[in-house]
Amino acid sequence: MIDKKYIGTKLTPFTVEVEKGQLRSFAKVTGQTDPIYLDENAARAAGHRSLPIPPTFLFCLEMASPNPQEVYELLGIDYSRVLHGEQHFVYHHPVFAGDTVSFAPVIADIYDRKDGALEFVVWETRVEAEDGMHVADLRSVMVVRHEKAARPS
Amino acid sequence: MKIHRFDDVQVGDELPEWVTAPVTRHTLGLYAGASGDYNPLHIDIDFARQAGMPDVFAHGMLSMAYLGRLLTNWVEQSAIRSYSVRFLAITHIGDKVSCRATIADKFVDKGEKQVLLNLTTRNQAGEMKLQGQAVIALS
Repeated sequence: MIDKKYIGTKLTPFTVEVEKGQLRSFAKVTGQTDPIYLDENAARAAGHRSLPIPPTFLFCLEMASPNPQEVYELLGIDYSRVLHGEQHFVYHHPVFAGDTVSFAPVIADIYDRKDGALEFVVWETRVEAEDGMHVADLRSVMVVRHEKAARPS
Repeated sequence: MKIHRFDDVQVGDELPEWVTAPVTRHTLGLYAGASGDYNPLHIDIDFARQAGMPDVFAHGMLSMAYLGRLLTNWVEQSAIRSYSVRFLAITHIGDKVSCRATIADKFVDKGEKQVLLNLTTRNQAGEMKLQGQAVIALS
């Protein structure tokens, strides 16, 4: 069982610069055709200061942490047993290419279901712009499958 | 311009559905690179089998990104106040991701007119894979 003493533990905060090239790659693989997500001139013409980041992209930026495995290493979780259970975003201000944003993740909850066959790790991340403006909140719920858990379809 | 007036939408209205092409291994490789999510469960079949899965499978966040496009196809992104999903079942190689949204509620929060959308993705067999909600501000 994952030790619940880690509830409330802060993970290492980090900052990430939003890159245009990564945004274009993301737009292409998600089949995006709206030019504001692909062409900076189109974005500017629509009143944006650069390419906007799509709604789920803050999660991708959080993967740019110096050590995205930190939470699993800290809690002693075998990453190959982890599935994504839930993802939540609350948006306060838009983020664009060229922005630098900071992430401050905290382990918000640890609990289990089905007599411990499934364990859940929840972390919440406050995202701020360079000037300290609160731009978004993320909440991620990860599911750890143990051997006695039913195999997913 | 994507303008929808609060007074012109009703609870029960559906947004225009959109359906992706079938998810391929190539899609997952490209998504890994673009998203920075290099979890080998999605791109390395040997690793996936060792972890007890029959094959690699789609990143949940790929489906959430597709579903997010339903929202930004409908309104300017700056109107999205919140967006959440639960990943109910795995999206497999070959699945088409059908994204749908229905207006579930209309309300005023802190003086702002908003609608609550109920969201789903389903595969071509109609199996629900993601279920979520979004709050959108309308004028």
